[in-house]
Amino acid sequence: MPYYESVFVARPDISAAQVEALTESMKEIVAGNGGAITKAEYWGLKTLAYRIKKSRKGHYSLLNLDAPAEAVKEMERNLLLNEDVIRFMTVRVDELEEEPSIMMRNKGAREDRPRRDHDDRPRRDHGDRPPRDAAPAEASGSAPSEAKAKPAAAEGDEK
Amino acid sequence: MRGRRPFFRRQKSCPFSGADAPKIDYKDVKLLTRFISERGKIVPRRITAVSSKKQRELARAIKRSRNLALLPFVLD
Repeated sequence: MPYYESVFVARPDISAAQVEALTESMKEIVAGNGGAITKAEYWGLKTLAYRIKKSRKGHYSLLNLDAPAEAVKEMERNLLLNEDVIRFMTVRVDELEEEPSIMMRNKGAREDRPRRDHDDRPRRDHGDRPPRDAAPAEASGSAPSEAKAKPAAAEGDEK
Repeated sequence: MRGRRPFFRRQKSCPFSGADAPKIDYKDVKLLTRFISERGKIVPRRITAVSSKKQRELARAIKRSRNLALLPFVLD
């Protein structure tokens, strides 16, 4: 039997449990038509790149199918009829991925991101302009108390 | 080097060829965003140096991704 990958997007106002139930019902439909779902992934509530049927977010799910064309057709028909599903796409693939897909893998690595911005910046400040750097360094070294005193003075001026 | 030979261009190689090249996949949003412009357009291969076969594959993946709202059609 050919392999397929199917992604569907569900409306944001249904719960994750309902999405799970939807996945289960699709599983039954495929099984009823002589196919099998080898893997089901729930990617979570993600922000859509553009609005679909007035929603800005959606529950993404991925199904890996090993099923005959009729089963896929029947599943797609049901997705089309379901009001909770706002978008779906089924693609034929040469082989099914056994491990979690790239979406699931990236989820865990998300914490790494902010650090990259950090690295680039300071380098410029250090190299290019020594005179500008030197002046504040001296000032801060000699008078930390002055710095503290200043804001108070400024406040006084305003009033 | 550029000063001496004004029209010399370094030979670029396709980012999808070689041993540990990334696989083009419509689900890999992070990879695909590197090949779309600020406006959301697919970047021509003369700029990204992607081979023609891979560019076709890439375009297909980006279009699939757009259909699933993983990537935008227009960005502004």
